[in-house]
Amino acid sequence: MENKKSSLSWFLLGLKNGIPICLGYFAVSFALGIAARNTGLNAMQSFLMSATMVASAGEFAAISLIGSSAGILEMIGTTFIVNMRYMLMSMSMSQKLSEDTKPAHRFFLSYCVTDEIFGLSSAVTGKLCPFYTYGITLISVSGWCLGTVLGVMLGNILPPVISGAMGVAMYGMFLAIIIPPSRKNHFILALVVLSMAASALFACVPILSKISSGFRVIILTVLIAGIASIIKPVRVEE
Amino acid sequence: MKIYLSIAIMALTVYAVRLFPFLLLRRPVRNRFFKSFLYYVPYVTLAVMTFPAILGATSNPLAGAIALAAGVATAWFSGNLFLTAIICCMVVFIAGLF
Repeated sequence: MENKKSSLSWFLLGLKNGIPICLGYFAVSFALGIAARNTGLNAMQSFLMSATMVASAGEFAAISLIGSSAGILEMIGTTFIVNMRYMLMSMSMSQKLSEDTKPAHRFFLSYCVTDEIFGLSSAVTGKLCPFYTYGITLISVSGWCLGTVLGVMLGNILPPVISGAMGVAMYGMFLAIIIPPSRKNHFILALVVLSMAASALFACVPILSKISSGFRVIILTVLIAGIASIIKPVRVEE
Repeated sequence: MKIYLSIAIMALTVYAVRLFPFLLLRRPVRNRFFKSFLYYVPYVTLAVMTFPAILGATSNPLAGAIALAAGVATAWFSGNLFLTAIICCMVVFIAGLF
């Protein structure tokens, strides 16, 4: 029955189901805008960043890279590593397309892959109509860009107690992504604790603390996720 | 100009990261190590980015530490993304009043 739905009705359903993501993105991107402003980005630059990247952790890293005048290789390397999880999501999403989906959709859907949009798109039973994802993306990215721009413009108007409070929204979101799986899987819990401890070590130990936060993420991710894959490879389902 | 160039480079990189699996991968990954690696990446990356950075996100490291504890507890028991983000914000806001 669901496959009988027209592209338009899928699109409209996406717009509707995407409203909670839009609201959440607005709050989180406001904090992102504040961070962008503190690094010296103006509203236009921040808008372009949010509209073209559509990545929470990715943009957060991007801001710190711009702030630290990182080189091109560090930018590409960090952006690649920080956003690498999207590869899994793209792989998964490509498996949800029906055989007769036009190849052009792959280029547009690639833009839409974020944790939340992917999550909502995966929740569809059966094959995914790309227009459903486009509907979710349109409403979500609107909130994302609006929040970013307002964060840049109003960031300094807000009292420090408010902007400081919004600044931790990003970390709250990260915790909500990593903690629930840790509760179900204690190996992931151990990885999360180990990663935080290693990150703290890199921040405190004299020589290691010279390494930029971008490369710290690259080094620790490749190291810890690599070792974890050797110790406990995930089950290959089929 | 340098900022626009940086944004363009990173935007193209993140788009490429999302696009390549769509274009190159028509079948599920078979390599067990690579599949496992990709599976563990988000947890490690986000954990590394969260701590100790959250302590420096506000003017008061103690407020950041309480926000971390509250965020972990909320995420653990509710698992809700936006609730967790809002609780962290409120904790820092309340801590800032004292």
